[in-house]
Amino acid sequence: MRGRRDCSEAEYELQGVWRCAVWQMTNLWPWLSLAGLGAFHGANPAMGWLFAVALGLHRQSARTVWLSLVPIALGHAVSIATVLAVVVAFEAVMDLRGLQLVAAAFILAFAAYLAIYGHRHRVRVGMRAGMAALAGWSFLMATSHGAGLMLVPSVLSLCLADQGGMAGSLPISLAAVAVHTGAMLAVIAAIALAVFSWLGLAGLRSAWINFDRLWILALGATGIILIVW
Amino acid sequence: MATWRPDPSFYPSPRMAAKAPKETLAYVAAFDPDRQRPDAIAVVDVDPASSSYSQIVGQVDMPNVGDELHHFGWNACSSCLCPNAPHPHVERRYLVVPGLRSSRLHIIDTKPDPRKPEIVRVIEPEEVAERANYSRLHTIHCGPEGIYVNALADRDGKAPGGIFLLDHDSFDVLGQWEMDRGPQKLAYDFWWHLGHDTMITSEWGTPDTFENGLVPEVLLGSQYGRRLHFWDLHTRKHLQEIDFGEEHQLVFELRPAHDPTKAYGFVGCVISLKNLSASIWTWYREDNRWAVKKVIEIPAEPADPDLLPPVLKGFNAVAPLVTDIDLSMDDRFLYVSCWGTGDMIQYDVSDPLAPKETGRVRIGGIVARATHPKASNGRLNGGPQMVEISRDGKRVYFTNSLYGAIDPQFYPDGIDGWMVKLDVGDNGGIAFDETFFVDWPKGHLPHQVRLEGGDCSSDSYCYP
Repeated sequence: MRGRRDCSEAEYELQGVWRCAVWQMTNLWPWLSLAGLGAFHGANPAMGWLFAVALGLHRQSARTVWLSLVPIALGHAVSIATVLAVVVAFEAVMDLRGLQLVAAAFILAFAAYLAIYGHRHRVRVGMRAGMAALAGWSFLMATSHGAGLMLVPSVLSLCLADQGGMAGSLPISLAAVAVHTGAMLAVIAAIALAVFSWLGLAGLRSAWINFDRLWILALGATGIILIVW
Repeated sequence: MATWRPDPSFYPSPRMAAKAPKETLAYVAAFDPDRQRPDAIAVVDVDPASSSYSQIVGQVDMPNVGDELHHFGWNACSSCLCPNAPHPHVERRYLVVPGLRSSRLHIIDTKPDPRKPEIVRVIEPEEVAERANYSRLHTIHCGPEGIYVNALADRDGKAPGGIFLLDHDSFDVLGQWEMDRGPQKLAYDFWWHLGHDTMITSEWGTPDTFENGLVPEVLLGSQYGRRLHFWDLHTRKHLQEIDFGEEHQLVFELRPAHDPTKAYGFVGCVISLKNLSASIWTWYREDNRWAVKKVIEIPAEPADPDLLPPVLKGFNAVAPLVTDIDLSMDDRFLYVSCWGTGDMIQYDVSDPLAPKETGRVRIGGIVARATHPKASNGRLNGGPQMVEISRDGKRVYFTNSLYGAIDPQFYPDGIDGWMVKLDVGDNGGIAFDETFFVDWPKGHLPHQVRLEGGDCSSDSYCYP
């Protein structure tokens, strides 16, 4: 399956117009979607910017807001890196189609679980959280919300486009984590700064749309993309 | 059902909650002390513009008799906006109503018609016993991990009492809250400092020492509760116990500062064995530990023994019996119910270690029997008891019954239920709303009041 850079006539006929069009965009869209998903994750108040703002308000310190963003981004990055590492490991031993279907089944099941049971679980970290606890919290929030799972199609497609095999998958995956986390960090920093310095929290009452529901939809879309790919 | 936006009654901070619209309805627990007819949640019209102002406009009866409805709470509140455990897309819609005597939990839906609430689920005491090992359900708070319910006893009616959790959505009993209860045995009230990851619990006694009334030997032996317990809210471990000493009995209602950055709160102690006084204590942080200080002592009033019930006759004095307190949303005014003398006292607690009295009214009372302008009977019995403050701090509501088996010990000729309202001056001062007096229908006595959309003891906040 590896090494196909372009659409040959045969492939065009074999795979159809849609797949071919997607294929040709391969080089750019995975990076864009990784960054876009980073922004999407960062915008979710449950992924950390709100926690950073709250800690800043409690400790009356803008510095606390900034410092808190680091462990929040780090925990998020470790969570998605773990998911991607699992995917890359499976990629080494499975054919692509099989991996796509297994990943799709898992992601759809996870989305269904979230839709039925929600995200609630033991609360282990509160407002006295230190930096390490904050990183752990961010890791758990990203993992339990399935943040890394949303990145699977992009990363598979990048690995596929690359010819380096397993050895090439690793740096690509790391780059994927970096792009995603960078975008996420930029967004949480921008929102946290704006809310802490200018907007205040009153807007939460109306502007906090149900991200849990959006995430379930996004996970469902991710599973479907993997199946129809 | 999940919603797209947070419930409009959730506020990030107490400052914002204080600007909430005025309540138009109050829900009031009403119980039959004779346990002959079902207890009920009554709906009282508190909208001054309404033609049925100060009247009971709806009622939902419990499916059984003898529950002894007491305290109750909402399924969800402003703590759903907390950043560490956010889940704000739920509705504040259901009242969670336990029976203190029956240990039965009722889930009551106020949404289809707020004036005609409906019971949608009943959780039987067996389920609570099976899953959480508790009974005698007392206080409800919505919080970070779901709905917290405390219980005064284990399933066999013995110590320890404690706290268990209900699922926010399904109301299933999730199990005991405590992971390590340390020396804690007795239970009464609980609440927390969300900003300090701290749970606080107080103490009454085991059911055998209150279900047939207070036992004088237990009281004089200082065997009722007299301690505060401090817990880590998230590891659920007991951290510290503070004993108020042998003199002090019945450490009841806990009112932590609403501002989550503040680490202090107030608790009432019903009676001193030394001089029958009641007291208010402030807990606060000192040297990385919790400490307490008695900040208010309300003395007993000398009285003609002929006017006193048997339990007080020998003392020639009426005890204030502070049985409930409540703190305004801005943490400025503390309201103190003196169920014995009939006083409702307002203190300015801007300096939590040095309260100043700013207002006082008297109604009912063991000796005073003070009346109300709108009461037809000129001698009211019972006294100020469960007190609730509107979120803007402008209105205070209270009722007059304490507990079925204890009411006749202090008011032997019986209690006729009433509910009244105070108006609060901008800088303190309280006065009766002369047009608000609910002459409670015979057969039921009113207890806790919950206000539509939330009040000053229903919600907790994560942001200052």
